[in-house]
Amino acid sequence: MATRTVEVATGVPELADERAVTWPKRTKARLSNGLEVILAESHSTPKFHGELFFRSGNAAVADRTPGLAEMTATVVRTGTAKRVSRQIEEDLRRIGADLSSSAGADTSAISFAGLAEFSEPLLGLVNELAREAAFPEAEFERERRQKLEEVKLERTQPGFLASERLRKGLFGAHPYGQVSPSEAQVAAYKREDLQAVYRESYTPENALLLLVGDFDSQEMLKTAEKVFGEWKGVRPTAKTFAAPPNPRGRRVYLVHVPGAVQTQVLAGCRAITRKHPDWVKLGLTNSLYGGAFNSRLVMNIREDKGYTYSPRSGVNALRHHGYFSVSAAVRNDVVAASLTEIFYEMDKLRSLPVPKAELADAQNYLSGVFSMGLATQDGLLSQLSTVALNELPDDYLETYREKVRALMPEDLLATARSYLDSANMQIVVVGDRAQIEEQAALFGELETYDAQGARVS
Amino acid sequence: MKRLQIAMESTTLANGLKVVIAPDSTAPVVTVGVYYKIGFRLEPQGRSGFAHLFEHMMFQGSANAPKMQHIKLINSSGGVLNGSTSYDVTNYYQAVPSNALERVLWLEADRMRALKVDDENLKNQRDVVKEEVRVNVMNQPYGGFPWLDMPPVAFRNWANAHNFYGDFADLDAADLADVQAFFNTYYVPNNAVLLVLGDVKAAEGIALARKYFEGIPAGATPHFADSTEPEQTEERHGFVEEKFGTLPAMAIGYLMPKRRTTDWCAMALLDQALHGGRAGRLYRDLVLEKQIAVEVDGGIDDIFGYNGPTQMTTRILHKPEFTNETALAAFDRVVREVLENGISADELEQLKVKWRSDYYATLEGGRGGYMPKYGLMHLLACFTLFDNEPQLVNTILGGFLNVTREEIQAVGRKYLRKEKRAIVFRNPVKAGLPAKAGAKEAA
Repeated sequence: MATRTVEVATGVPELADERAVTWPKRTKARLSNGLEVILAESHSTPKFHGELFFRSGNAAVADRTPGLAEMTATVVRTGTAKRVSRQIEEDLRRIGADLSSSAGADTSAISFAGLAEFSEPLLGLVNELAREAAFPEAEFERERRQKLEEVKLERTQPGFLASERLRKGLFGAHPYGQVSPSEAQVAAYKREDLQAVYRESYTPENALLLLVGDFDSQEMLKTAEKVFGEWKGVRPTAKTFAAPPNPRGRRVYLVHVPGAVQTQVLAGCRAITRKHPDWVKLGLTNSLYGGAFNSRLVMNIREDKGYTYSPRSGVNALRHHGYFSVSAAVRNDVVAASLTEIFYEMDKLRSLPVPKAELADAQNYLSGVFSMGLATQDGLLSQLSTVALNELPDDYLETYREKVRALMPEDLLATARSYLDSANMQIVVVGDRAQIEEQAALFGELETYDAQGARVS
Repeated sequence: MKRLQIAMESTTLANGLKVVIAPDSTAPVVTVGVYYKIGFRLEPQGRSGFAHLFEHMMFQGSANAPKMQHIKLINSSGGVLNGSTSYDVTNYYQAVPSNALERVLWLEADRMRALKVDDENLKNQRDVVKEEVRVNVMNQPYGGFPWLDMPPVAFRNWANAHNFYGDFADLDAADLADVQAFFNTYYVPNNAVLLVLGDVKAAEGIALARKYFEGIPAGATPHFADSTEPEQTEERHGFVEEKFGTLPAMAIGYLMPKRRTTDWCAMALLDQALHGGRAGRLYRDLVLEKQIAVEVDGGIDDIFGYNGPTQMTTRILHKPEFTNETALAAFDRVVREVLENGISADELEQLKVKWRSDYYATLEGGRGGYMPKYGLMHLLACFTLFDNEPQLVNTILGGFLNVTREEIQAVGRKYLRKEKRAIVFRNPVKAGLPAKAGAKEAA
């Protein structure tokens, strides 16, 4: 339906020969206490970046209450057996470091960055937080009250309301279906519950330490053994949850925000995890669809029609399940028109093979962008953590580009038919009901919710 | 102490275009930026938001690369791209595998030479920009707070005080003649700098810059409107309704010293003392200890990236059970404490280590992780356009590390004065303000 003929550029210089992409050597080791360590050197700046991951997040303790691992991580940084909160913050500043602690659905993490010259004291503090967090009563109480205000505030953000409703639509009662706790749940958090999560999850056998930066790997490994070697603890027993049913048929969820001057559209369907053999194929299909500036959806609803500023699609991988989603914040009077184009572009990829030239462009894009992770310490850290946490093969970084470039139009057609599941998309629209209800109802059976998450019709 | 030293070479072409090459072969990736010395501060009166709308038009087609082709050619070379508009500069940048370097230079040169856009492109991007303003400002809790709310309260010169994202009526009034005039006036090679960073040799980078850019004719030296402010002699207040959010908010902005002075360096360290994360005095006092506020952040935004009047701004979201007056009084006590007693030698030492570490992080910073060397590019560009001295990137740190306790206290007393500040209150319309009687006082 694109209406405008695209003219081509003339006189464009050819690409020169590619320079080889060489990923740095990774040093993998296991400390005497079972802690897995992965190191990579990057000497571009006199700093280093690290993450201490624990392979348990909010999902692992969702049977107790939602968001418990996140709250635990928040309070972890507020005091240890040796240092009070203020001391921790000043000691971080003294060595020029940044540190944060958080938890997602599948992992908890202490993330940090600092000057290479102070790597040992920073690792020392990380070790203290991982082993000797004290959960001071007053700090817990303050963070709990902070969290109460935060959960109220997030209910005023269209992006949050959309993703909360989509996750419920896709995962139902499974832990992945709840992205945030309610006010009542936060009010009921108990310090002892956090301490129990900490005791179970923050153990060396459950952890992975990743370090990237301006250091010598062998020296850094010795430092890690010295700092973390005495820490003890076993891996917690993994919980399993029944697979959530995959919703069939299109359904529309309207979240009513009175007075909204724009509509947040978010639609999704269940897809695959990172470990799935189709992951690279789906990544390439996504970049053709809406994952790049030059993608079909962006060219259609932004550059041709001007409905929206930042349309995009993505493949979201959680440890046990994944989903494909597409989002756009659009003008209120073009909600139906935008959804029509969103589905048109999905169905087109499901019906017609991608022209070879367009495929080659997308292959170049994906393999080029992948290599940019090499250029910065935190970019490299993020690539290494993706490989390690998803238990991907050791040569994943080295072979990714070849895998992308080997794909053919028929691979993408099959991938789109499997995973751009147009007939079963769960559609969320967040906006003013009076302005968008009729438009949204054209796309499936409609349920309406208020911003507090209660169903109103 | 290990100091970072950025290798670079710079030159000026015959047409006045400045060129900076910063080679680094860590990764086979090259970042190319073009900065024009015009931002939204000096856009034409009656055309608020135009500098930003114009930035969008630079992606709508040039003489030999029609609409969509710039984006398509960068993406299909394996690269990413974007542009942004700020107070005093507008930038265009891309990171690509280094085998695409010539292609990128060709594309940037093509759009520096001549735009090729029509009414349909302009209408399209006007629609896109309106959705950008809605998604970032009008349909978000605390959207545009305080960066859009503060200027009309704090400043008197239209250049500093207007709506930088643009009133929709002004966006609607902009036509192709405005686009062409703005391009002819400000988008001349003698008002720009080209930056090439990463996998390129210095001599090769300069030779390629000559090959693609030297043929672009120089334009008249742009005339820049006066952006100076009349002296501020009274505290200024403004009130904005918060349509979606649940918490009362306020922002307090103090005028900044002139850039590259001793006061400016001292102010940067004072900013670190006040706003440096959870260790900063304001967060510690208002959030961690008194527990009046839920969020406290802000400070000096992009300290190297402005070239006109600006402020150090604190942003506070506080609990509804406290009044604005209570929160402001707590803020004032923290400021007064530092003015009366200064900071300790130990605190200053911590601030300097953190400042150095943050400076390196800025240089390495990749703009959301997708644009390697964005931070280094930005500093090199601003030091070239404002100071004609890209080497400042290697020397400027010294000035901050030499600041003394006395200088910090003195700069605080000189600049953190009520008659030099402006305050914007942004209170929720829905929740209703707490009654003054019976409202909680801070512990």
